[in-house]
Amino acid sequence: MANPDVVLEIRDLRTFFRTDDHLVKAVDGLSFSVRRGETLGIVGESGSGKSVACLSALRLLPTPPAFHPSGVIRYGGDDLLRIPERAIERLRGDRLAMIFQDPMTSLNPYLTVARQLTEVLEVHKRASPSAARQGAVAMLERVGIPDAARRIDQYPHQFSGGMRQRVMIAMALLCEPDVLFADEPTTALDVTIQAQILELIAELREALGMAVVLVTHDLGVVAGTTDRVAVMYAGRIVEEGGTDEVFARPLHPYTRGLLASMPRIDTPPGTVLEAIPGLPPDLGHPPGGCPFHPRCPQATDRCRRDRPPAVAVSPTHRAACFEVEVAG
Amino acid sequence: MNEPASTSAPPLLEVRDLAVRFPVGRTAGLIGGPAAEVRAVDGVSVSLARGETLGLVGESGCGKSTTGRAVLQLVRPSAGSVRFQGEPIHEWWVRRGGRWQWDHRLRNLRRRMQMIFQDPYASLNPRMTVEAILGEPLRNFRIAPGGRQRQRVQRLMETVGLDPRFIRRYPHEFSGGQRQRIGIARAIALEPELIVADEPVSALDVSIQAQILNLLARLRADLGLTMLFIAHDLAAVRHISDRIAVMYLGRIVELAAAREITAAPLHPYTKALISAVPLPDPAGERSRRRIVLSGDLPSPMNPPPGCPFHTRCPLREDRCIREEPQLRDVAPGHQVACHLA
Repeated sequence: MANPDVVLEIRDLRTFFRTDDHLVKAVDGLSFSVRRGETLGIVGESGSGKSVACLSALRLLPTPPAFHPSGVIRYGGDDLLRIPERAIERLRGDRLAMIFQDPMTSLNPYLTVARQLTEVLEVHKRASPSAARQGAVAMLERVGIPDAARRIDQYPHQFSGGMRQRVMIAMALLCEPDVLFADEPTTALDVTIQAQILELIAELREALGMAVVLVTHDLGVVAGTTDRVAVMYAGRIVEEGGTDEVFARPLHPYTRGLLASMPRIDTPPGTVLEAIPGLPPDLGHPPGGCPFHPRCPQATDRCRRDRPPAVAVSPTHRAACFEVEVAG
Repeated sequence: MNEPASTSAPPLLEVRDLAVRFPVGRTAGLIGGPAAEVRAVDGVSVSLARGETLGLVGESGCGKSTTGRAVLQLVRPSAGSVRFQGEPIHEWWVRRGGRWQWDHRLRNLRRRMQMIFQDPYASLNPRMTVEAILGEPLRNFRIAPGGRQRQRVQRLMETVGLDPRFIRRYPHEFSGGQRQRIGIARAIALEPELIVADEPVSALDVSIQAQILNLLARLRADLGLTMLFIAHDLAAVRHISDRIAVMYLGRIVELAAAREITAAPLHPYTKALISAVPLPDPAGERSRRRIVLSGDLPSPMNPPPGCPFHTRCPLREDRCIREEPQLRDVAPGHQVACHLA
């Protein structure tokens, strides 16, 4: 790794699923890296492969049906795709953590919050029961749960949606991980609660110096909370760059389409939205050439034939579109 | 159906002091003390002029969906009135065998008021073809009998941007956005005057949301629809609405023209809501002052006394804890329920 600040680097990752009648290429040649203390936004629509990419990085997908025809996930000198299962288990929940859209998927409804949080510290840090409890209460306080010493003995259902999300964040951060994967962490929440949770993640990232990979479909969330952004479409990154650059000068027609199709509260009401025509591709039967060409207003014969490579327009900003090559 | 809207004409829809309360759990104790109840809607008054779109916005549990359902009499209002073209449709219920049912007038009124649902997966019968789904309302009201029905269904499909060749297909053969188009086609099949759209785009991908919002805007113009557009997404609501009502704990706390409510909100909750909506603009986001509300929504089973927002309000005064503010006019067409606004 050239840059010593890079904590995690993914190169040419492919995650395919074999189903009864065909091959689904959910992630198809993905490369990105994250640096210490940085937030990388991965934005895309359902089926773009953004969640599968995160699950692959933590090796949380059952194989089969998933498999990786190619890819390296570099963390601390190891390739996470190739280390033994025991080794990745040690890293998960300790150095690499993940939070999900629905906290109930990662919290056990039958166990008290105390039981679930102390287990993390007992397993990874070999903490004594009393030290683990102390650590868990401290982390709950840190994520803003009032009366944490009492509430830790409650069950997940006794918390509101926003508070449950805080509990899940506390559980993920107990061991002060190097990388936090946050997969749509605020999508199920109301906007006023979303604002609280995004602010909390940003505070903790700064305090702990961790890298955050924030997966979201919401360009507004990306704009407000990330340093860099990668736009995914059909299992690939079609554009990547500094968040400011990408929003100021979106290069890929898909990124431009997403921005133009969003209603905004700061534009005149009644503006006709420029919808992206058509539908995202069926990854079991992806189109040839550029995967976006069936929906692209600028598509040429070449786009239908060849897959465009990523072209850099600045040291930090690149996009996979033949138009960019021409312009750049 | 295409009478010109004028200020003197009665509103198409007039809702007064609407309340919907749901009993929760069994009656407490053996003696049967009063059971708990959720005040889902707690005194909502609003009217819609013909051809107008009113946005109803608020967070989960604020009562916006229940308001929409009570307007259409899909749930029976516990109190208050709903008038459709002056007719008190909330009275068009009969009690049979201990249960409240629509009387024949309410059933006939379905032709004139329809609903679009949030989940295009749950709101279409998976065992029915598009032809059966869209043909059902036509059959129920004996419109286009015989061979003309298929033609009518095909025309409906074209109207909402679906390929009429897919008439024999089942819902699972369509994407989410296409399914929502089927739901919209079903809602407009009877050429209704009023449509209640409950979160019609929130289950869809961003690039598809715009397609559906544009479709709704076009249909509204072509068919002269009056619309109650319910959503939690303020940007989507603002995009399509003439006026916006903001709900909190079963009540409307602010009501104004779409442009005005986002440019000059008066209620502290509206202000917080607007400031919390993320903008796709990194520089703007950095310079924005966000009002982060503390705490969660109080339970509608046990709403706080006084102003329902006082437990989270950054401007709270003693008076707000004691006295419930009424929705009042503060400017022409701008109403707010706040002592301090």
